[in-house]
Amino acid sequence: MIVSTQAPLLHWDRLSVPLPTGADRPHAVENLSLDLRQNEVLCLVGESGSGKSVSAMATMGLLKGEMSQTSGAIRFAGQDLTKLSPDARRQLTGSKLSMVFQEPIASLNPFYTAGAQVSETIRTHSDQPAAAIREKVLSLFEEVHLPNPEQIFRAYPHELSGGQCQRVMIASALALDPAVLIADEPTTALDVTTQAQILSLILALRDNHNTGILFITHDFGVVSEIADRVAVMRKGQLVEVGPREQILTNPQHDYTKALLAAVPKLAPRAARPVQGKPILEVNSVSKTYRTGSFLRKAGREVKAVVDANIHIHGGETLGVVGESGSGKTTLSQCIIRMVEPTSGQVQIAGKDFLSLKGKELRKARQRVQIIFQDPYTSLDPRQKVGDAIAEGPLIHGTDMREATKISHELIEAVGLETAAADRYPHEFSGGQRQRICIARALALQPDLLIADESVSALDVSVQAQILDLLADIQTQRGFAMLFVTHDLRVASQICDRICVMQRGQIVETGAPDQLFANAKEPYTRALLAAVPGANRVFG
Amino acid sequence: MEFWITRAFRLALTLFVVVTLTFILLRTSYDPVVAMLGPDATAREIEMFRSRWNLDKPLFDQYLAYLGNAIRGDFGNSFRDGRPVFVVIAERFPQTLWLGGVSYVFAIVIGVPAGILAALYRGSIFDRAIMVVSVVGFALPNFFLGILMILLFSLVLQILPSSGASSWAHIIMPAFALGLTLAGILARFTRSAMLEVLSKTYMLAAEAKGIRPVRRAIFHALPNAALSVITIMGLILGNLVAGTVVVETVFAWPGIGRLLVTAISSKDLAVVQALVFVIAAAMVLINLAVDLSYRMLDPRTRRSS
Repeated sequence: MIVSTQAPLLHWDRLSVPLPTGADRPHAVENLSLDLRQNEVLCLVGESGSGKSVSAMATMGLLKGEMSQTSGAIRFAGQDLTKLSPDARRQLTGSKLSMVFQEPIASLNPFYTAGAQVSETIRTHSDQPAAAIREKVLSLFEEVHLPNPEQIFRAYPHELSGGQCQRVMIASALALDPAVLIADEPTTALDVTTQAQILSLILALRDNHNTGILFITHDFGVVSEIADRVAVMRKGQLVEVGPREQILTNPQHDYTKALLAAVPKLAPRAARPVQGKPILEVNSVSKTYRTGSFLRKAGREVKAVVDANIHIHGGETLGVVGESGSGKTTLSQCIIRMVEPTSGQVQIAGKDFLSLKGKELRKARQRVQIIFQDPYTSLDPRQKVGDAIAEGPLIHGTDMREATKISHELIEAVGLETAAADRYPHEFSGGQRQRICIARALALQPDLLIADESVSALDVSVQAQILDLLADIQTQRGFAMLFVTHDLRVASQICDRICVMQRGQIVETGAPDQLFANAKEPYTRALLAAVPGANRVFG
Repeated sequence: MEFWITRAFRLALTLFVVVTLTFILLRTSYDPVVAMLGPDATAREIEMFRSRWNLDKPLFDQYLAYLGNAIRGDFGNSFRDGRPVFVVIAERFPQTLWLGGVSYVFAIVIGVPAGILAALYRGSIFDRAIMVVSVVGFALPNFFLGILMILLFSLVLQILPSSGASSWAHIIMPAFALGLTLAGILARFTRSAMLEVLSKTYMLAAEAKGIRPVRRAIFHALPNAALSVITIMGLILGNLVAGTVVVETVFAWPGIGRLLVTAISSKDLAVVQALVFVIAAAMVLINLAVDLSYRMLDPRTRRSS
């Protein structure tokens, strides 16, 4: 870390941001006092709703309505940003203070080319001639390591990958050599290998441009890789701030300690001895998507899953890990025939699942249940929680009284009160909703439970609880679990065996301890190396 | 290339279905001879009329003959005055094109900007006022609005002519009656399309670049909102066609809408069939144009290959 003795670049002085009336607390951010220095990465961490993004938006002047009525001051270059006129503030926004967002693809306007959008940033704040702007943009693309800058310049956002879009956004943020760069979860939506590249790019920017970087994240792995200093927020208040090592190894505040303790350990466990009978047997399953039409038979072929072989016993958890587009979700959907496999066999509890039709298929589907990623959209907002859980048994012929009993038992089993049965999904938090989804999946007493990124949308502390819950219930009920995730830390904790997928193929399978200690495939090793903070134990 | 072949094929198929359906519906719903000649006609008169118009042949033969002629562009002669149907339609068509065009332009010029402004000043009195007017616009049946306007401007104030199409002044009321509904629909859809776009992350990113609000609205939000507005502009053409039938009748506007009404009431089969074909063809072509402009506008479809 480079310790700077200069005056702070940016100084938040008792900044408070009000929440609209009717919210669960009066302030989104309360009395935030914090400094950002030149040539440093200050990581702002906290769980969802802690006020970290709102602080960033307030700094950029992007808050609307009641929330824009901030109090306190944000001092930059001798002025209080909150007191500037809209015009004066806009002149700083995007030139001296710039920002990169979480969703790189959504942050680019689909209507314009990447080149046009970065050029616009420069044009907004200067009178350079078009040719000079073009040269500048191309050199920025070069600096953020975009391959073939000329081509990217003319490309539309939908033609770029998520990582490339984020590089374009960073190029745009850097265009006018800003003093402050705010990056709001810039790598959360990206794969680990891409994340590692973007993180090293951001560190290079700090060193080459002397930029002060406010880096918002919920991921302590990322913090350990990139931060010079760390500020921890909780419910709108700053609880602790200090140098990286101090916060990570010797946190003072209980909340920081709890957060660190909840970070999933990259502590690969050994496989448990196989006890149950074989539940899932997948032989040479492939899924190929063909684009073509009646006029042009030979379209493009996309091989989403190629010749996959997996098997799981009762009580066992098999992890499927891989980056986006590796085919892990397609594979899990082939197993329950949400997607029809192109070829191969799937046996579930001794039944040939792929040959089933109509009524038989519906009946057999009881045996397999799935929990999705987003607990907010996977529950019907107009259906009471109890009804949502009882619906499955009812459809499959259980009578009302028995179904209600099952529903109440499960609600308790997932750690909620039975009164929850009469409430609607919106009355619950994300973690509680995911508990409800688990109860719903278990209501049919499945032999196989598929968890597709089921903890990815949750805060770490909640994530840890849900993982514990899944493991406990599995011990009690003995179902087989297929756990699809991009997060190797999570996989290393919960899985007995892990298979690694790349471009539709399972490249390697093994118990976590073996796989992590000596992976045979270079791809597996690359994935492991890219996990942020891989060599570190938190909490 | 493939795109064009598929589109041309679909266009032909749609028109074929339209021609066939109108033929079947009209021929099976009533006997045109009795309808034309009235209940007092003698058997001999009926016989003559049948053979004169080939109505004595089996229905399927009539259909084949009709289809064959239709492909050659010949929709037969009016049962009423014996003139070729296309001559009858051709003298009315420009009037409807004129009225429809003026109303459509009026709807776009009023509706789209109103929707944009309502979205930009969401929740303001201005927004609410626009939405109230637009609800009135599409809730008020256009024949009723037409009659109200005739009462006020022709009978009471006596400043606008109530019927006909002989001067500029004649088009004001019918175009307004027809266009107001469409403007109302367009304003609402433009507003919601704009609101959706304004909530996107790229709009926030544009703001974070320091781009001025006016430029953000015009260059960043509008082109993206335009994609859904254009779809609606194609769909409301259906309302426009339905509207011309009513409005032309109210204002005695000599267009094909009114021709359709008179042809139906006088059971002039040939004219009705041809009119339905012309209207359907116009709709299909305009929707094709909408599709094309959509394709040209959206980089995702323009450069998907």
